Amino acid sequence: MTAVEDRPTTEAPEREVGKARRRKEDARLITGRTTWTDNMVLPGMLHLAVVRSPVAHAKISSIDTSVAQEAPGVVAVLTGRDVADEQGSIPCAWPVTPDMVNPGHPSIAVDEVNHVGEAVAVIVARSKAAAQDAVELVDVDYDLLPAVLDMEEATGQDPDLCHDHLESNRSFHFVFDGGEAGTGADTDQVFADAEVVVSRRFVQQRLIPAFMEPRSVVVQPQGDNYTMWSSTQVPHILRIMLAMVTGVPEHKLRVVAPDVGGGFGGKLQVTPEEVISLLVARRLGKPVKWTETRSESLMTAHHGRDQIQYIDIASDREGNVKGLRCRILADMGAYLRLVSPGVPVLGAFMFNGIYKFDAYRFECDGVFTNKTPTDAYRGAGRPEATFAIERIMDELAVELGMDPLELRRKNWIKAEEFPFTTVAGMTYDSGDYETATQQALELLGYDELRAEQQRRRESNDPVQLGIGFSTFTEMCGLAPSRVLGSLSYGAGGWEHAAIRMLPTGKVEVVTGSTPHGQGHETAWSQLVADRLGVPFEDVEVLHGDTSVAPRGLDTYGSRSLVVGGAAVVNAAEKVVAKARRVAAHLLEASEDDLDYTGGKFSVRGTPGSEVSIQEIALATFAAHNFPEGVEPSIDADATFDPENFSFPHGTHVCAMEVDTETGMVKIRKYACVDDVGTIVNPLIVEGQVHGGLAQGIAQALFEEAVYDADGNLTTGTFVDYLVPSAADLPHFDTGNTVHEAPGNPIGAKGVGEAGCIASTPAVVNAALDAVRHLGVRDIRMPLTPERVWRALHDGGDGGDRATAGTNAYGGAQTETTAGVSTPQSALGGDR
Amino acid sequence: MTQINVRVDGVTYTDDVEPRTLLVHYLREQLGKVGTVIGCDTSNCGACTVHLDGSAVKSCTVLAVQADGGEVTTIEGLAPQGSLHPVQKAFHEMHGLQCGYCTPGMIMASVDLLKENPDPSDTEVREGIEGNLCRCTGYQNIVRAVQQAAGEMRGATNGHVSAADVDIAAAPHVVGQS
Repeated sequence: MTAVEDRPTTEAPEREVGKARRRKEDARLITGRTTWTDNMVLPGMLHLAVVRSPVAHAKISSIDTSVAQEAPGVVAVLTGRDVADEQGSIPCAWPVTPDMVNPGHPSIAVDEVNHVGEAVAVIVARSKAAAQDAVELVDVDYDLLPAVLDMEEATGQDPDLCHDHLESNRSFHFVFDGGEAGTGADTDQVFADAEVVVSRRFVQQRLIPAFMEPRSVVVQPQGDNYTMWSSTQVPHILRIMLAMVTGVPEHKLRVVAPDVGGGFGGKLQVTPEEVISLLVARRLGKPVKWTETRSESLMTAHHGRDQIQYIDIASDREGNVKGLRCRILADMGAYLRLVSPGVPVLGAFMFNGIYKFDAYRFECDGVFTNKTPTDAYRGAGRPEATFAIERIMDELAVELGMDPLELRRKNWIKAEEFPFTTVAGMTYDSGDYETATQQALELLGYDELRAEQQRRRESNDPVQLGIGFSTFTEMCGLAPSRVLGSLSYGAGGWEHAAIRMLPTGKVEVVTGSTPHGQGHETAWSQLVADRLGVPFEDVEVLHGDTSVAPRGLDTYGSRSLVVGGAAVVNAAEKVVAKARRVAAHLLEASEDDLDYTGGKFSVRGTPGSEVSIQEIALATFAAHNFPEGVEPSIDADATFDPENFSFPHGTHVCAMEVDTETGMVKIRKYACVDDVGTIVNPLIVEGQVHGGLAQGIAQALFEEAVYDADGNLTTGTFVDYLVPSAADLPHFDTGNTVHEAPGNPIGAKGVGEAGCIASTPAVVNAALDAVRHLGVRDIRMPLTPERVWRALHDGGDGGDRATAGTNAYGGAQTETTAGVSTPQSALGGDR
Repeated sequence: MTQINVRVDGVTYTDDVEPRTLLVHYLREQLGKVGTVIGCDTSNCGACTVHLDGSAVKSCTVLAVQADGGEVTTIEGLAPQGSLHPVQKAFHEMHGLQCGYCTPGMIMASVDLLKENPDPSDTEVREGIEGNLCRCTGYQNIVRAVQQAAGEMRGATNGHVSAADVDIAAAPHVVGQS
């Protein structure tokens, strides 16, 4: 017992939750002692390179692999035909309607390619370089078909078809109608009776998650067992799906997500390359590795957003909102991936935002185009919804001649009205929109900036100033399993945790949630240190390996702390309950007479009679002196399934300078106050907000995945796809209010997506506020200088980017675009 | 194949390389210096930044043969074993990293920046590291970290700090990987 008896003791340990603990993860990351998948080298490992389609839509008339087969170091070349019987279809787990059309998604195209970058063959070689060299030796003949690229054309009269074996380009038509659901009044009637109706068409441009670590997969066959290491957010989902797709039995598969360099939804996927790697390893019986280049990543890893939104809002003259009607076209790209159809449907319940509408109707068409499939990207459905409502509220304010903040205040849910069931049927848990807003205005220095705006207007300053708001909420903590079931999702939304008390008093925490930058190892240690009364340093968090953490549903949708952390806390409570029985036995006292504080059980009223959790762990290991009939273990596990979502909220305010002569926009100041419930680690929370802001602002100002008229991605490198640098972003002034979430034992609401969801409309509203008096009604995202300039000088919303003929195709100009810059052909906004 | 002699993190290597081999591929694949990572293929992201003869370079933009006769420092050799460079320590202290993939390059670029400008303003840090992309942090805490390190380095005499001074619990967390 000496090992534990020598431990220094403290009487009242400081509470860990709320402390800005520096992260445990950092030690290896700042010194380069990392375990990225691409670092892995196994004896006899073969390397894969993928031959990809250079055309958007075509029949494959022939593939000649003979030259590639003979190239030095090439072990095998496999086409879609070679694996047609074993590759199955990339799974879609979210059939949002019973009649949803899924065209099927081979990992390697067999007869037809449907987007540029689709795999048509895979090279297996002794080195990465040899595999890459042989890619160019595969000769594929394509019979071109028309490329379907525009959603409005694709759903219009007699469109070309993205998949010619389907009847239309529609995958599904999803409707939520508050009147039919009994959560609101009849929408048509409310609009018919309304004094004011404002209608707008908003474009959510296509984005690319652009995680920093390119995807990588290693598969090692061992007999009939396979271990896959993958740069994934979802090792557990991946394991189940690989078993279902390839027929490798689930218990013969182990999936490991080692250090993973970001995801943002982009690694919430079962990818063709993961399936291909497993098939090749199975066929050849050798370990294989595939690592993508950045260009491959931008071209073929799933994209995000891409909606056209037709939004109608109804109100009375005094600015009391009455009804909201949303008709959405959501681009699925060429195929349905894991949750592609579910992304817009997640937004269906959030378009009403924080406002009290009488009536609400949401309709969404999922549309196929010959582009890279879309799927989850940070926020997934909720940024689209938040953008629409926060933009249309500003438009309504303009129509009514009201201050945009006053209009919001008049209509938002009051602090005393929580819990509040909305017109979309969601029950918002807690919050105070007024307080968050007041704090955000103070952080910004609102009155002073409004005065400056006035001065600049009056003096006709070429640089105008605007202020934009976003008073947002989101649904987080994905998700109550029953709700997911009612939305036809293919899995539950629970999370699992286990706690193992080691003989020396150290603690292993196993979590089914899989981090890739969020700091689980640190935050989970804080949770457990508090609940068990053990030192923070004595807790080790294990994750990301299906043989170590066998049950889990992984990390996305701001769920890790809210659902996964709750499971950890519940498991810790079970450990304490088990230890209590042992303590009562060792202290010869009744369980009811024991207090548990600071990691020690003590007998109430008997000073000096105490036993620590570490001593109990050792006594349990020895099991020499254990209560009769009790199994010698105080380990415990727990599965937490939330009953409701959690609803973080906040007020984001952006002050924006717009140079009316050049179209250049510059964020002058950005302030936000977020309510994410209980804050476990303020350092991590602030970091998540910062990162979310960067991505949300980037959607407003910089990023867009652009396709030319032939379906080529013209933003396929970091030269063209503008992930912002430090010099492109402002300083953020952030703050918090705290209203605990009632739905989980931590009180946390989730923070991963908040900044990304909230910021985009605040930025656009700010830019418009700066130039509305000059006649500008809308500017299409991203707000490139060219678009802003065109909106100021030509009217309209600044136009499309590079959709005509086009000058972007392969860097060459066509006859129709040579020397001509039109709103349709120009490539605006490049650095 | 071409023979090169290069010193990397204090060790001398003599190797045959294909003339087309990039320095980053040489470091990762031939020397196992996998602390240095690859984030793009157009020299935009800076994740692969190392020091070549004392200056920051993007090792995807340098051929291995160009490093012949040179001295390379990677993130793995930035500080002696068991200690941290002030910039490493500051990234930890100020939460200047999340997923950590850009971090080696970001730290190596920041060290070079501070050599040129020991007391950079917020704007000078932002412009100084604009060749390095980070998708997680929004950069604000990276800027803080670089400025904190600058302060420490201006005050310090020997530069390196002991790992024991830093609140870290270094342990391999992922079972199944050594």
